[in-house]
Amino acid sequence: MGMTMTQKILAAHAGLESVKPGDLIEAKLDLVLGNDVTTPVAINELSKFKKKTVFDNTKIALVMDHFTPNKDIKSAEHVKQVRDFSKANHIVNYFDVGQMGIEHALLPEKGLVTAGDCVIGADSHTCTYGALGAFSTGVGSTDMAAGMVTGKAWFKVPSAIRFELKGEKAPWISGKDLILHIIGMIGVDGARYMSMEFTGEGVKSLTMDDRFTVSNMAIEAGAKNGIFPVDSQTLEYIKEHSAKPFVAYEADPDAEYEAVYEIDLSTLRPTVAFPHLPENTKTIDEVGDISIDQVVIGSCTNGRISDMRIAADIMNGRKCAPWVRVIVIPGTQEVYRQMLREGLAEIFIDAGAIVSTPTCGPCLGGHMGILAHGERSVSTTNRNFVGRMGAIDSEIYLASPAVAAASAITGKISSPEELEA
Amino acid sequence: MKAQGFVHKYGDNVDTDVIIPARYLNTADPAELAKNCMEDIDAEFVSRVKEGDIMVAGKNFGCGSSREHAPIAIKASGIACVIAETFARIFYRNSINIGLPIIECEVAAKEIEAGHEVEVDFDSGIITDVTTGKTYQGQAFPPFMQNIIKQGGLINSINAKEA
Ligand code: SF4
Repeated sequence: MGMTMTQKILAAHAGLESVKPGDLIEAKLDLVLGNDVTTPVAINELSKFKKKTVFDNTKIALVMDHFTPNKDIKSAEHVKQVRDFSKANHIVNYFDVGQMGIEHALLPEKGLVTAGDCVIGADSHTCTYGALGAFSTGVGSTDMAAGMVTGKAWFKVPSAIRFELKGEKAPWISGKDLILHIIGMIGVDGARYMSMEFTGEGVKSLTMDDRFTVSNMAIEAGAKNGIFPVDSQTLEYIKEHSAKPFVAYEADPDAEYEAVYEIDLSTLRPTVAFPHLPENTKTIDEVGDISIDQVVIGSCTNGRISDMRIAADIMNGRKCAPWVRVIVIPGTQEVYRQMLREGLAEIFIDAGAIVSTPTCGPCLGGHMGILAHGERSVSTTNRNFVGRMGAIDSEIYLASPAVAAASAITGKISSPEELEA
Repeated sequence: MKAQGFVHKYGDNVDTDVIIPARYLNTADPAELAKNCMEDIDAEFVSRVKEGDIMVAGKNFGCGSSREHAPIAIKASGIACVIAETFARIFYRNSINIGLPIIECEVAAKEIEAGHEVEVDFDSGIITDVTTGKTYQGQAFPPFMQNIIKQGGLINSINAKEA
């Protein structure tokens, strides 16, 4: 039986000729990731191992992004614990205020992940790197601790669902609309325990940033990972960002899939996920009149430079609606710097928005934009669970940067098409 | 190994944000986390739960973030076992790794009601609703995972291998 792209990467890292769904394997890791929420727990666990040293100080990335710059004493203590650990263990890729960005935006940009890698991260959106043709998946802190000590992790080999993409996306349509459309179609557990593999000639019309967004939200369909083939765009991205050796794996032609869905990108509409699950999707045409109190543009899903460009393009020369707070958060310092170079930060500020340092902040209801009772936010983030961004009766509407920016201007959930009219 | 206790019941897609909201993630102390466990969907859970109780839920339990704080909070609140129709994958592996017994059984998860007294036998996977007298066959773990659980979690199993 042929193997999927994911199965091939796992087999190679387990030192096996082939694997099949359900096999329990132990795979070598190319990178172990943690953040300021999950790493302290992992460090505490690490002290319980007989061997207390890390397997490779260059293959661990610790990114302080969730509650940084620290919002209170407890979170400051957490980061201090990770900082001390990083010093003591000579962790090369420790990123603190000044260098840090949101982990899943930062790691590809720094070239720390490349095609064919096997990566675990104690953060559920670690699946983002599938965009580069890597196998990467979220785990908990105990797995992270074990990974830091042994350089290995156990996996159950997943089966896969294939998404055959064709056609080209229309203006204002992005990877966010595609992935929300898919989650709306298969549900928040539609790919549970499985890989999502994206293939077909439509892939080439998706930019790398589109692909990062799509892979990032694979977890919102319950998937173990979401992976793209390596094409000329991937190779260009890798060349620009990483000196690491890479391997471009391809699925076998006779690989088996649990299901195959065909999606014509040209038929996609701007898509919004209503509270309180990412699967509650509606196209912009079905949304109706929903007034909002806040807009958040950022996160590991949509905090990249192209997201900022799209939003700035829409907000340029316009003003945010009265009574709407608009918070723009670049994903990394490099995105921030590029925004300044291109004058995007000024466009946002002129429109009445704020531009923050990179942070997860409001995405997980941490700080920098918490919602009061009954408030509504349009957000380019990835989860709209009950209470995720603040009060338990507040509401989050997930959308693309284009829809978020248009909504910032009109004060209700809107398509950028409305502003053009 | 067995657990016996009273049931706290929840629906589908119980996510890690309601199991332990992010606003409490600035601590990693199990006892502290347990104080706010489930509060966004069940404000009374913390005052009602007793050592040895059992949680029963629908499909995709534990979806969302990878925070190990979620199974840790449930375990520290006194829950001896979670029965669900299905579990989200990261929650599933985290529970095994930290030693929170969980078991998948669609029929039991649907039929068992809040407040019932339930017994779970982890070795056989048999779930007994003591209140109704009905028994169910839950899905037992594959040997690889049984081994991790028997050793008391992932770290002990790795330590044992290195010895
Ligand atoms: S931006 Fe949000 S989803 Fe992404 S890593 Fe941070 S908290 Fe998690």
